[in-house]
Amino acid sequence: MCGIVGLFLKDKSLEPKLGAMLADMLVTMTDRGPDSAGIAIYGDAGDGLTKITVQSSEPGKDFADLDKDLKEAIGKPVAMMVKSTHAVLEFPADQTEAARSALAHLRPNLKIMSVGDALEIYKEVGLPKDVAERFDLAKMKGSHGIGHTRMATESAVTTLGAHPFSTGPDQCLVHNGSLSNHNGLRRELIRLGTTFETQNDTEVAAAYVSQKLKEGQNLGQALESGLDDLDGFFTFVVGTKDGFGVVRDPIACKPAVMAETDQYVAFGSEYRALVNLPGIEDARVWEPEPATVYFWNH
Amino acid sequence: MQTFDLAARGLRELNQTLHGLSGTTNQTAWEIINTRGSHAIAVGLDAEVDITVRGTTGYYCAGMNKLATIRVQGSTGPGVAENMMSGTVIVEGDASQYAGATGRGGLLVIKGNASSRCGISMKGIDIVVHGNIGHMSAFMAQSGNLVVLGDAGDALGDSLYEARLFVRGNVKSLGADCIEKEMRPEHLELLEDLLRRGEADAKAKPEQFRRYGSARKLYNFNIDNASAY
Repeated sequence: MCGIVGLFLKDKSLEPKLGAMLADMLVTMTDRGPDSAGIAIYGDAGDGLTKITVQSSEPGKDFADLDKDLKEAIGKPVAMMVKSTHAVLEFPADQTEAARSALAHLRPNLKIMSVGDALEIYKEVGLPKDVAERFDLAKMKGSHGIGHTRMATESAVTTLGAHPFSTGPDQCLVHNGSLSNHNGLRRELIRLGTTFETQNDTEVAAAYVSQKLKEGQNLGQALESGLDDLDGFFTFVVGTKDGFGVVRDPIACKPAVMAETDQYVAFGSEYRALVNLPGIEDARVWEPEPATVYFWNH
Repeated sequence: MQTFDLAARGLRELNQTLHGLSGTTNQTAWEIINTRGSHAIAVGLDAEVDITVRGTTGYYCAGMNKLATIRVQGSTGPGVAENMMSGTVIVEGDASQYAGATGRGGLLVIKGNASSRCGISMKGIDIVVHGNIGHMSAFMAQSGNLVVLGDAGDALGDSLYEARLFVRGNVKSLGADCIEKEMRPEHLELLEDLLRRGEADAKAKPEQFRRYGSARKLYNFNIDNASAY
């Protein structure tokens, strides 16, 4: 199963409510995926700053003085915001690589959830409601975001196996389905320089899209390529810094419903996830076609 | 008319209440409100009652229906009227995948579009879709009639048995063993009745449709194919 939700705002006045709307959609999808849940949210991009979201199984120990230690290592100011098992570190954008290698040295147990100017990812095992409360998702602001409730099939129920997966700057992907050629693709992507954190099939799909973006394709082209190269069942919802995309495999047995109004584009595995959105009664509601790429840009 | 507020009273009470209706009930007209995309609304009915579902539903609305007339004033999720035995189900909006799957009887009308696998494995149900249908529709359909006023997607009628398929618009592709067949007078007559009962626009005429059916080449094993196994 698995549940997917996504929301891409066109109306800026809704941005303060993005977290609340997405959290509500996510919790509605609990019975499609009670194992774990996650959310990727595109918030304010600080001028010239970038963010790394990290996760720790021992946050008390790992996050203590992490901002000070990182500041010392890169020699630039670092702001840190801790939320439960996750922390967001913000620092000058030109220090991204320096910060990454410093973190690997300073706190080797930390897992990097996302890197980017706008993107933050929060994911954990547990019921979506508990995950949403733990990270106070309802208070988060942003321009677009995607969420996932997981019923694991391809790999273990762990924090790193939860979605969204992020394999490139400000990029993230959630998946309902299972891929059958992920091992072959993983080997190919490793050859091209990708490093993988898990044995999960979805991470391969995310890395595939990142690779295509790196090669110069836009989001729509990357998803079109995926239709040729990815084998298996999938409904993907993908986020980039200013974009939001949806694609389903040609068989399209994984459910999907979309709604669009002047204020937003919304995605849900089921219509239930959309019922509390403003103006849903008058929205254009449709089922995305198989093997068809949909994407929107700000 | 009896009004049932699904949000207030819940799904189990709804279906238990509707299952309690028998042939002698005076409560023959019902409306269900606050559906909010819920699953399994009005499934397993076995009484001649009229149900109006005010809003969009989730999975399996009106599944296993017997005798009842169920009208959905909205769209339906996957598997509407799955395994229907008799009665009528009318969807005013669109229907998601496998609408009317395995249906054994009765009439399913979809006024919008139906997505993939509409009428998959149908076994006697009649389905009338005013809009388009998606890919793999009528896969392994055994009997009954599927009428489509719009277009059909890829692989229509793949591995078809004896169901009759009538399409007014374009067929993207036919599935294995599905072929176009001549429209004989009895088919025009059948179609006229289905269009009328299916609340189709008066502009839809039987002569505008093409008929598709099984070439019956998959019914028996062809010894020439032995080496493929």
